[in-house]
Order: sequence, then C-alpha cells, then structure tokens
Amino acid sequence: MARTVTAQRKAINTGVAWVIGLLIFFPILWTLLTSFKTEAQAIADPPVWFFFDWTLENYRVVQERSNYTRFLWNSIYIAGGSTILGMLVAIPAAWSMAFVPSNQTRNILLWMLSTKMLPAVGVLYPIYLIFIQLGLLDSRFGLTIVIMLINLPIMVWMLYTYFKEIPTEILEAARMDGAGLREEILFVLTPMAIPGIASTILLNVILAWNEAFWTLNLTAARAAPLTAFIASYSSPEGLFYAKLSAASTMAIAPILILGWFSQKQLVRGLTFGAVK
Amino acid sequence: MSTKASRSAARLMLAPAVILLLAWMLVPLTMTLVFSFQRNLPLRGGFLEWVGFENYVRFVSSSAFWPAVQTTVVVVGGVLLITVVLGILLALLLDQQMWGQGVVRIMVIAPFFVMPTVTGLVWKNMFMDPNNGLLAYLWRFFGGDPVVWLSDVPVFSLILIVSWQWLPFATLILLTAMQSLDSDQLEAAEMDGAGTLSRFWHIILPHLSRAITIVILIQTIFLLAIFAKIFVTTQGSFGTRTLTYLIYQRVLESQNVGLGSAGGIYAVILANIFALFLMRIVGKNLDR
Repeated sequence: MARTVTAQRKAINTGVAWVIGLLIFFPILWTLLTSFKTEAQAIADPPVWFFFDWTLENYRVVQERSNYTRFLWNSIYIAGGSTILGMLVAIPAAWSMAFVPSNQTRNILLWMLSTKMLPAVGVLYPIYLIFIQLGLLDSRFGLTIVIMLINLPIMVWMLYTYFKEIPTEILEAARMDGAGLREEILFVLTPMAIPGIASTILLNVILAWNEAFWTLNLTAARAAPLTAFIASYSSPEGLFYAKLSAASTMAIAPILILGWFSQKQLVRGLTFGAVK
Repeated sequence: MSTKASRSAARLMLAPAVILLLAWMLVPLTMTLVFSFQRNLPLRGGFLEWVGFENYVRFVSSSAFWPAVQTTVVVVGGVLLITVVLGILLALLLDQQMWGQGVVRIMVIAPFFVMPTVTGLVWKNMFMDPNNGLLAYLWRFFGGDPVVWLSDVPVFSLILIVSWQWLPFATLILLTAMQSLDSDQLEAAEMDGAGTLSRFWHIILPHLSRAITIVILIQTIFLLAIFAKIFVTTQGSFGTRTLTYLIYQRVLESQNVGLGSAGGIYAVILANIFALFLMRIVGKNLDR
C-alpha cells in the first residue's frame, strides 16, 4: 500500500514494529549472547546482557567434546545430497508437466501433493524395518533418500509453478526454428528457469537441514546430523546453557542466513503455489 | 503444439518422480496396513497371529487415546488461533510504512528457520526452566513465584513454543496476500468515510480469507505431525502426549507394532481429511 502517511504516524509504526520484532527475535538473540558467556554468567541472577567477558570458549569446547564437525558434515551431506538427487528427479518431472501437459497432469500434481500429507509416524515402523533389512539404519545414504522423498512433492510443485510462468510462445518460436528437445532445454528453458531452480534448491536445503523426525528416528551415532546433535543436549548432563547456546548457534546460523534470502520462495513453496 | 515424440519424452521425464513417490507411498503404507491386523511384537519374535480389527478397537479404547486426542486438538487449535490472529495483526503492522521495515521483517520471520530441536531446548532450558530460566527471573523480579512451565502448564507451554515457531509462517503468507490488495479500493473506502475497523472488516479480511484458509490447512497438517519439540522437552509426559507422539511410543518405545500401526492408519485418515480440503483449494488455483 503505497500511501503517504504523516511522519508522526510513521514514527509510531516504526516504534511498535521494532518492539514487537525484537520481542519475537529475542530467543534467538539471547541464545547468541549466551553462547559468548561463561557458564556462570549464563545463569547469573540478575541476567547479564551485553557487559560480560565475551569468550569463544564454548565454541571450542563444543567442537572438541562432541565431534561437532562430524554432525555438521552429516547435515551438509544429507541436506545437499537430498537436494541434488531430488532436483535430478524433480526438474524433468516439473518440466514435462509444465510444458507438455496432458489431461492427467492436474491429477498427478494433486496426487503428489497428497503424498506430502502422509503422516510420517504412520509409516515409521515399515521404514524402520526396511532400513534394518537393507542395512541402511544409521546411514547417511538411507537418510538422504528418505529426506529427498519427503521433499520431492514440494520440489516438483515449486518448480512447476515457476516453469508455468515461462511464456510458452518462446518455446513455440524455438520449435518453429527447428530446435530439438535438447536445444530447447539447453538454450531456451534453462536460462529462464534458473531463478526458479535456485529458489527451489534454497528452500529444499532449509527444509532438509531442519528435518527432525526421520533424522532422530533413523540415526544413532554414525549418520546423526545436527538436529540429533542438539537433541543429545536434552539429557541432564548437557544442561550447560552457554554450551547449549554455542551448539545451537552453530546449528542454526547457516540456515538462518539462507532463510532470510528465501522469504518469498518460502511462501510459494510451502503453499504449493497457492499464494505468491 | 506438442508432437508425439515430445509427449513420450515428457512421459519418460515424469516417470522417475511418479515411480519413486508411488513406491514411497504404497510400500510402507501397505506394510502398516498389514501390520495393523497383526499381533506383532518384535521383542517376542515379531508376527504372532492375525487379529482382525482388534488393534483398531484397542487403540481407541486404551486409556491413553482420548487424552491424546484432547491434547492434539487443544495444541493444534491453540496454535492455529494464536498464529492466525497474531499473524493477521503482524501482517497489518508490517504492511505499514516505517523505518527499517526490512530488518523488522527479518526478525519476525527468523524463528521459522530455527531447527525444531533447538527451539525445544532453548525454550525449555533458557526460558522455561524454573530455576535458571529467564521467565523465572522475570517472575521473581516482579515478586511472583516462578512457574514450573513444562509440568505446571505443560500444554500451554507447548502451544507457546510451537506458536513461536509457526507465527512467522502465518505472518509471511498473510503479508504476501495483503500486499496484493488493491490500495485504490482502500482509499476509495476511506474517502467514503469508512473507519479503520470497518475497512479491516469489509475489505481487508475478506481479501485475506483465502490465504487464512490456506494457512489453517497447511499448518494443521504440519502441526498434527509435531514430534521433535515434544521429544526434547517433555517426552510426552505431563499430558503433552499428542496422537503422533502416542503412536511413536507404541511403535518404537513399547514395540507394539500392531497397535502402533492401527494408530498410524488413524493418523493417515485424519491427515487426509485436512489434505482433501487443502487439495481442493490448491486444485482450483491450478485451473486459473
């Protein structure tokens, strides 16, 4: 709404919005601050805000004690791997439905969406069993496949809505000029599809990174990503706020930054194109 | 204008996605369905006998079932109420002119990107802990007795934690929807003497109704499946055991596969009811 408002009104808006924004953001800010405190300062009464001896000790301890890098590497492997595999399957599927629609396209799209609605807990035991049979329990590869599959419908949908926006006249013109399927994909579609593909990758990495049902239930020691690493802090001996904060900060920072870039795409991806 | 060749190529390109999703859906779901008619205890050798619908009856008649349903309804309903109402207000606020709008937006949206286990543990320990939590400090500061959040008001606490995570989602979608509102319409209404409240009620809210429906449906499907936040906070104790968590416990903790599978089928049916409504809306959108 591009309406001009008085400076006073704008000042009030600004004040209210900043107070509320800071309130909502506060738990994250507090976690960040606490991660730089000593354990004693972390539970000090009254709480210390900014004036304490800033230290990086917690980050060092967390990394040394819990082999943080292995969890981090597992998270990167699973989020990255599931995204790459998923895109390899989703791009052709979305391309075909967007540009060569058949009378079944609508039903296929909706059916794919319905698989996303399947409650994970309803298939927990079968997947668990299959994983044991195939020796995939606590393996990064198995988890990567599962996470790819749960996000595949979102990937296909999101790509489909982006591809749909590419004007088909251009395709038709290219075909008239004798472009084959390969040229069509390489020189016409790919350049126009790159923004949509990038957005889809971004959202998928975020979703895969934060997935916490399958990662908690299908991993133990070897394949556990950061979600499970943090969950291990729920035991009483893990009750060190400064270290919990440092571990949490390291786990959420990369995705928080990616997330800020993907606000718009998030809306489209998670509403299956119904809100843009 | 598609040729026969490109049509068959297209089908070939679609095939992997369809086959994978079909397998992902059919294989485990069929297994769950089969298990649900068995007495199946892995600790005593797995399959014991076929029991017909006994598991379905036992699941709903167990003493844990109705409390779990009640918790699920209260948590999902509570979170929906909070996130939708506050989401509308926040979207209205963020749509106004202000300084530093981008930064405020980022702060409001941030909780959505925090991984669920971090959300659960940060709230449990650093805010809701009765001794060292920040809320306990706040209560003492104002002369009150600290609340033992996760055992005194566990369901409310869970609603609070989950709402914090999902409020950004509702806000972001409602804000996106609000920005597509034609400002001429609002100005015309203003000139006709419509007050703020009347403009909100007669123009903004109807405009948002579709987005609100979508937020409610999508959130319901995700909220029914909440797991990690309960897993790291209460482990389902103190009456925070939702249907999802109950099924999880039946299957993996007490290793009663038959009973858990029957519960799983109930969960699938429940989720599908909401999914049907959502798909109808999304489907309509496809036709436009």
